[in-house]
Amino acid sequence: MMGRNHFELFSLPVSFDVDIDSLSARYQDLQRSIHPDNFTSATDREKRLSMQQASIANEAYQSLKDPLKRAQYLLSLNGIDVKSESNTVMDTAFLMQQMELREALDDTMDATDPLAAVGIFSADVETRIKDLISQLQGHFNDNTKESLLQAESLSLQLQFLYRLREEAEDREEALL
Amino acid sequence: MALLQISEPGESTAPHQHRLAAGIDLGTTNSLVATVKSGEAVTLEDENGCYMLPSVVRYQDDKNVVVGSEAYQAAATDPHNTISSVKRFMGRGILDVQRDPHGYEFIETDSVPRIRTVAGDVSAVEVSAEILANLKRRAEQGLADELGGVVITVPAYFDDAQRQATKDAARLAGLNVLRLLNEPTAAAVAYGLDTGSEGVHAIYDLGGGTFDISILRLNRGVFEVLATAGDSALGGDDMDRAIAIWMAEEAGVEIDDAYLLRRLMNEARRAKEALSGSDSTILNIELVDGSTWQGSLSIEKFHQLIDPLIKKSLIPCRRAMRDAGVSTEEIQEVVMVGGSTRVPRVREKVGEFFSKPPLVDIDPDKVVAIGAAIQADVLVGNKPDDEMLLLDVTPLSLGIETMGGLVEKVIPRNTTIPVARAQEFTTFKDGQTAMAVHVLQGERELVDDCRSLARFELRDIPPMVAGAARILVTFQVDADGLLEVTATEQTSGVEASVQVKPSYGLEDNEIERMLRDNVEHAKDDVEARKLREQQVEADRVFEAINAALVEDADALLNDEEREIIVSSLQALKNARENESAAKIKLAIELADKATAEFAAKRMDASINKALSGHTLDEFK
Repeated sequence: MMGRNHFELFSLPVSFDVDIDSLSARYQDLQRSIHPDNFTSATDREKRLSMQQASIANEAYQSLKDPLKRAQYLLSLNGIDVKSESNTVMDTAFLMQQMELREALDDTMDATDPLAAVGIFSADVETRIKDLISQLQGHFNDNTKESLLQAESLSLQLQFLYRLREEAEDREEALL
Repeated sequence: MALLQISEPGESTAPHQHRLAAGIDLGTTNSLVATVKSGEAVTLEDENGCYMLPSVVRYQDDKNVVVGSEAYQAAATDPHNTISSVKRFMGRGILDVQRDPHGYEFIETDSVPRIRTVAGDVSAVEVSAEILANLKRRAEQGLADELGGVVITVPAYFDDAQRQATKDAARLAGLNVLRLLNEPTAAAVAYGLDTGSEGVHAIYDLGGGTFDISILRLNRGVFEVLATAGDSALGGDDMDRAIAIWMAEEAGVEIDDAYLLRRLMNEARRAKEALSGSDSTILNIELVDGSTWQGSLSIEKFHQLIDPLIKKSLIPCRRAMRDAGVSTEEIQEVVMVGGSTRVPRVREKVGEFFSKPPLVDIDPDKVVAIGAAIQADVLVGNKPDDEMLLLDVTPLSLGIETMGGLVEKVIPRNTTIPVARAQEFTTFKDGQTAMAVHVLQGERELVDDCRSLARFELRDIPPMVAGAARILVTFQVDADGLLEVTATEQTSGVEASVQVKPSYGLEDNEIERMLRDNVEHAKDDVEARKLREQQVEADRVFEAINAALVEDADALLNDEEREIIVSSLQALKNARENESAAKIKLAIELADKATAEFAAKRMDASINKALSGHTLDEFK
């Protein structure tokens, strides 16, 4: 399994468009043959090997299943490390929007029905996430140097929205 | 001659020998053992026809240990020496075990807390081992064969320390653990295979002392856990305790006596069960002064006492659905597991929460053991063509302490296992030659709010300027949910690793000592036991390599490679007859080395086989 990238591991083309059903089916086929449950009476070495390979398969599956992780992985295959946020210049318009969204989330706590307000807020964030994902798709399909830089900036925005969604869920949970 | 068979694979594949395997549900209140008999999973009964073994152990001054209903009967008259609900103390430190009233005298030691009894101080692991040994005996006597291996169930929400403690108890009881299986997953296996259900299911498992909720997707024999959540200290016991405390208040007495506490708890449990079928129940308690208090508990009051506990279980339900990314509409069925789901109020509230009546038609007491037995049967190799696959998750996030007492998460909760993740850290002082690694489990940001799993130190880092060292910390969680942590300084290759021995766990040498002290093993000579262990291991390795050769030697090995492996097996066979534990151990290691390349090739072949049939062209 060494040397295979996550897409190759599941015999899938390197692309942002992934058919989740066939990804899942291939992942399950792979786990059926390498999962440690198949090696309970094997030698310790085979047990260990199976645990390592099953771990790799799990990691690969997780990174392709989720659009944000998939975008980050595709960028890393193109030599762009998105996890180091330090050297990225964020779009000023997006920074403004970030601040506004954060304030909007804070404001939901002062609403007459905070739970309903958080619900409306979350739905708005969800729409923005869907929109970003379809934009990402376009840029990855273009696959030029310029479009990949665009994809990088969009994936940072997506990461922000993911965090915001999580915070909204935390607040919702705290209200119950 | 086994070796002749090796050199001529294909001609002599011996039919697979059926091995005896069992599933054990090691519960807070009751424990069960089940096995697959002629294709059907059944729970095994004791000589009195009971399949449930009360998880109660009584230590007597003649060193005699009594387990089960006889011990349960003695609980009210000998509360200090009769240990019940010991599962609550597994993997726990002294501060944890003193939180709830239980009437035991706990002794703080260097490792795990111990309970004082007339027969000496015992740890929770030893008490659990007595329960497991009892079930082992039941299975082996009932089936007249030695157990090849067992699957033991644990609450999905058990942390690393609790899992490790369970495995230690099994080792003490002389059991070969094939897998630790999460209770709701076991229930899903029993239920799913029985009904042939597909789609997303929720398993609501409220036992005597623990609560779990798991959201699973069932698809073509694959049980994929999407998320799990729970509370490892919430169950029927807490309902009993709430009633007991209320009764004491009504009677105007303090619970400062272990005998009284036990009488209150027993009466509370009886009342709880009685209220499943009636609107009120009469209560009778013998007080410390010998007088009797009489009262009554109405269903309304009962609901008022237990509603906060049920509500407490719904918070994890919400979190699990959120982590799984599913809504209540997407959940096809809610399966009720655990004795406490017999309480009608629990069913009512859970039904309201999921907006559908929960499924209660499977026996909530047996289903976990049945599921464990089914998996044990598959794992031991009795069903080579089985399509079943269980994909489980880590219940709690795993992380490492960083500057300022903060926790950096390395593996978030609900990650599919097995999983390996690495994170890079660096030194913060010039010339720093050591780094402390503190491993934590939990969801909170501060170290103090998480459970400390282990601490170890990476030493001999070559002196460098601050920030120049590159220390890679790798977390590996295996299929049992147990963690191993390795730290390596990348520039020098200095390495340190720990199999996480929980902060509240037993040391290996302690287990060794217990094994020696164990009454059952006292007769054996230690050396004889070591030899026997190595012989069993040698047979296992021999069989495993032999089977691998029969399967794949022709396809993957040339004559020379095969010769090397065959001669290492011959050496292993010779050593096996030789009666020296050390020599057998060495031969096992050599056989393992000789097959390293072969093992890697086999793994690669399975991967290729799994993916064959899928090509890139399918998408073009």
